[in-house]
Amino acid sequence: MDNPIENRGFVFTKESLRKKFRWSEFLSEKIITGVAFLSITIIILIFFFVFKESLPIFQTRKKEVAKVEHVQKQEQYGGESDKGQTNSSGQEQYGVTTKDTMMIENQARGADTVVHGSDQATFKSLTGKQWLPVSDNPRYGLIPLFVGTLKITLIAMLFAAPIAILAALFSASFAPYWMREIIKPAIELLAGFPSVVIGFFALMVMASFFQNIFGYDGRLNAFVGGVAMAMAAIPIIFTITEDALTAVPRTYTEASLALGATRWQTALFVTLPAATPGIFAAILLGVGRVFGETMIALMATGNAALISVNPFESVRTLAATIGAEMAEVVFGDTHYNVLFLIGSLLFIFNFSLNALAEFYVKGKLVKRFQGKQS
Amino acid sequence: MKEAKIKTRDLSLFYGAKMALNSITMDIPEKEVTAFIGPSGCGKSTFLRTLNRMNDLIPGVRITGEVLVDSLNIYDKQIDVVNLRKKVGMVFQKSNPFAKSIFENVAYGPRINGINNKTKLEEIVESSLKKAFIWEEVKDRLQDSAMGLSGGQQQRMCIARTLAVEPEIILMDEPASALDPISTAKIEELIFELKKNYTIVIVTHNMQQAARVSDLTAFFYLGELIEFGKTKKIFTTPDKKHTEEYITGRFG
Repeated sequence: MDNPIENRGFVFTKESLRKKFRWSEFLSEKIITGVAFLSITIIILIFFFVFKESLPIFQTRKKEVAKVEHVQKQEQYGGESDKGQTNSSGQEQYGVTTKDTMMIENQARGADTVVHGSDQATFKSLTGKQWLPVSDNPRYGLIPLFVGTLKITLIAMLFAAPIAILAALFSASFAPYWMREIIKPAIELLAGFPSVVIGFFALMVMASFFQNIFGYDGRLNAFVGGVAMAMAAIPIIFTITEDALTAVPRTYTEASLALGATRWQTALFVTLPAATPGIFAAILLGVGRVFGETMIALMATGNAALISVNPFESVRTLAATIGAEMAEVVFGDTHYNVLFLIGSLLFIFNFSLNALAEFYVKGKLVKRFQGKQS
Repeated sequence: MKEAKIKTRDLSLFYGAKMALNSITMDIPEKEVTAFIGPSGCGKSTFLRTLNRMNDLIPGVRITGEVLVDSLNIYDKQIDVVNLRKKVGMVFQKSNPFAKSIFENVAYGPRINGINNKTKLEEIVESSLKKAFIWEEVKDRLQDSAMGLSGGQQQRMCIARTLAVEPEIILMDEPASALDPISTAKIEELIFELKKNYTIVIVTHNMQQAARVSDLTAFFYLGELIEFGKTKKIFTTPDKKHTEEYITGRFG
């Protein structure tokens, strides 16, 4: 009888142990690596494109001197359009095309006038308080957009964070098993809800509803937009918080209960503090979602670039500005470049938020469970 | 035998349809150490957990029969589980300190019972840590994270945390199984001290440990209480053949 091992064709010799080259293995490995790098490359390229398109704004100063002649020409052109205002009555709505207002603006702004008269945005006008990109005297002040975005983010988080965290706490610590199996997927489904539907709901239903309650004038404002945004942020905050809470070791809960703590005390003093880094990350990601949200902002906030602390005033967010104006802007125009600058700022902001969430959670959790921090 | 602190009467426990404990009747005496021994899965840990109703946390558990602590049935509908657990404390197999300072860990129990006076808390923490023989080791770093303690220290701190609630009964679920011999010896010494004031029930896989620390030993097998009696007798002249075989290491 032959040795059974030999029959299987596996003899332990130097020959059989020599390294073999496996084609399929090699190919599949390379393809997967290639795809991974491709996606990373695409993301990097997108960022470079966005950033590149916003660059011309920063080069303005050098060109300014050379542009003086051109500027005068433009002012003349502006003058022409003033004369022809009867023909194009549509321009009146910008409120800066008539000579009277121009004069007032000129007096008020003094030396800036030349720059404003041109179509070039400078650093000064970027930090200005007016966003009037399509007037004859365009101004690209980003401050009102930032204020609007921050205001709406604040309103959205004031609503979303408590609701989402308490819902997660209920689901993780109190709900019976069968109920959790329903709640969690149901709320997670909401994360995939198209924001245009939430926006539509806010526009048609919530706006009237809140107007009836608070009795403000403008139907669409930061408050309505913020609440609608909260609806988009809740699923994200809920899911991550819930995961963080269920990741708290069961021994913690048991230890607390065995000491005679009630379920509430256990949830409040043990589970919640142990999950703090995860909850912090959840809130940061929620902020990121609201910050970048375009459709809801476009539909429900009224889109007037005002600076005020009143939550019932209309606002215009950074993302909504891109969404609303990019389609109508002249390619290569300053306005075009400024919109890309806004895009870069959004990218940088969200990138840092995500990075912060990631590193904070990792660093904090590791420290906490290795006992390096009291 | 001293007066019975805990009595169980025909206690059976089911996980769904599966019977995990079969009609257990035993009297656990006051201020003595009672050890539960038996092979893995024999129900000794499950039985221990029925004594302070920790099994309530597991879905699908059904219990029949009675558990009487100081002659009160703890499975009565009128019983408040929270107060029961203050009276019947528990120490777990794996030390489970909270990710807080040592002080906060021990003060947690008194705090949730409404003690907020700082000097009072400090007193309780100090006396509890002293009772658990760990005060000398940690008195200078009470504000450090409890996660930085060694395994044995963590376990003794967990015992101190249990003592801080002033229970009458302490249930220990293999408290030394994850510890080195030196730490184990310290825990055993501690158990010996504690039995002067507390009724202690300990589950252990370590036969020598049961022989060393306990006054009474109960041998469980497949959810049944096979034999229960004085430790000395169980380890020298057990009545049942099963017990003898397990203790001498012929199965298990």
